[in-house]
Amino acid sequence: MPLETIEQILARAEAAVPGAQLTIVKNDSPCAQHSLAVDVEHAYAVAQFLRDDPQLRLDYCSNVTGVDYLDAELSEKVKVKKLVDGVEKEVEEVKKTQRAGYLEAVYHLYSMALKHGPVILRQRTPGRADPVRVTSLTPLWRSAEFQEREVFDLYGVLFDGHPDLRRILMWDGFKDYPMRKDYVEPDDYEYEPTPHDEVLARAKAHQAAREVGA
Amino acid sequence: MDAPANRTVQSVGQGREGELLEVAMGPQHPSTHGVFRMDVVLDGETVVKLKPVFGYLHRNHEKIAENTSYLGSMPYTDRLDYFCSLSNNWAYALSVEKLAGLQVPERAEYIRLITAELTRVLNHTCLVGFLLQDMGALGTPLMYAFREREKILDLIESLTGARMMCNYMRFGGCRCDLPAGWLDEAKKVVAEYPRFLDEFDKLLSGNEILMARTQGVGKLSAELAISAGITGPMLRASGVDYDLRKVDNYGIYSRYPFRVPLGDHGDVYDRYMIRMLEMRESLKLLEPALNDIPDGPVVDPKAKLRGFRPKPGEAYGRIESPKGELGFHLISDGSPNPYRYRVRPPSLINLTILEDMCLGQTIADAVITLGSVDIVLGEVDR
Repeated sequence: MPLETIEQILARAEAAVPGAQLTIVKNDSPCAQHSLAVDVEHAYAVAQFLRDDPQLRLDYCSNVTGVDYLDAELSEKVKVKKLVDGVEKEVEEVKKTQRAGYLEAVYHLYSMALKHGPVILRQRTPGRADPVRVTSLTPLWRSAEFQEREVFDLYGVLFDGHPDLRRILMWDGFKDYPMRKDYVEPDDYEYEPTPHDEVLARAKAHQAAREVGA
Repeated sequence: MDAPANRTVQSVGQGREGELLEVAMGPQHPSTHGVFRMDVVLDGETVVKLKPVFGYLHRNHEKIAENTSYLGSMPYTDRLDYFCSLSNNWAYALSVEKLAGLQVPERAEYIRLITAELTRVLNHTCLVGFLLQDMGALGTPLMYAFREREKILDLIESLTGARMMCNYMRFGGCRCDLPAGWLDEAKKVVAEYPRFLDEFDKLLSGNEILMARTQGVGKLSAELAISAGITGPMLRASGVDYDLRKVDNYGIYSRYPFRVPLGDHGDVYDRYMIRMLEMRESLKLLEPALNDIPDGPVVDPKAKLRGFRPKPGEAYGRIESPKGELGFHLISDGSPNPYRYRVRPPSLINLTILEDMCLGQTIADAVITLGSVDIVLGEVDR
């Protein structure tokens, strides 16, 4: 049985979960795997609908991952009609908009029973300032347990309702979140026989910092 | 978690016999297949709690990949599951092809199927050897398995130039064509392989000790397996019919008939048997594929090797690797580097239910249950 279109799934999910704010995130690549963005409050109910609905039965959560988007200036080319030398012409203008950064938890859902998929679910946080919270879907799919822990570990996203949210790959004393786009590597300079350019600059900075510290 | 060095034995002493014993198995324990730790709480010999601890081999593969070009990560995928580098290559190439909309020439599809199935045979052969090693059948089965593995590694070496770190596939095809005489060599290996499997089967499958040791051990129900996202031979041993070669029909798998073996009990013995049967099915796929392979180019001439910049978008591609579903999630922002690069590691996710399988069993059974999951730490920790 072929999977419904993303618009149909969205319409039925909105009907099943009143108040849920669902939007379609378009994917321009040739594989056209579009996804559903859901607000954090209703994520659990929507996910439960996707899992239990007899037509969808997305019983298998394959992949859970995080994505980090920094604050960015988006530029878009817009065609505008303008009077040039008294003649009306279509001119391309660059329109700039500010986008606030956010973090995202992405779930790739499949159905083992009906053998279709993927339906992609995204939870977006309002901003990037700590603490960033989304809803854990581990109570619905056990497979999210380690993967949500990994997203917490590497991106610093807190999953409300996760049974065992600890660091998984980094050690427990580690402070930062290494997969964030603005992560700065710690200054752990190692001697290289021929330092040059960037390496040399880092080496000098490191040396200066050490002398001040000593 | 506090100082791991002092965690080995915490409560041993006179008059405290009834208390629980906390043991840190690993990261240097030989049964953990690398640097992996299980914090086990024991009541006598019975496991009452088991927490897996990861990260000893973590090098943040994903971050490294986001700072290099798409092609630059191809050799690095070899190091994920270093037993099956060719399947890793395929999974990554497949995802990028989905992202950029590239086509793969016919001959390359055949080479991909052939190399991936050889890899599956190689992986399962080694796994059976390691599993028996874990059970205490020291040396002999593993050496038999490695003898056979060597034959396939020789084939892979003459094709790619490397025995394990192959770096063989490219977006839209493969790096180089088959060397002269390779197909005949491969046919010989494939034709002789069933003899080894028969020998293994005769020695092991009906062996009373092996059956007593594995049947009813480390049971996993189908419901839990589905919910926990278990994939590969582990899932099929629990009786769930889900093989991506059939479900997704990627590559040219739909052209050849093969069966998907399923277990009924979901115990260690079933997992062992599934692998033995899957090897025979792989050989059944290999035989016609080696005969039918057409002539032609091995890489799409339109695929760009340098200056490769897929259009903004994202893609999730997955294949049935010998260990389970290996997926790559890629997000492109139009630059030469992926904006997001994520590996869905089957080894890590198959460990989710390790505790559920081991509770109430003896510590010796925990060792073979872990052995039957088939993990490679390069992929678990990434």
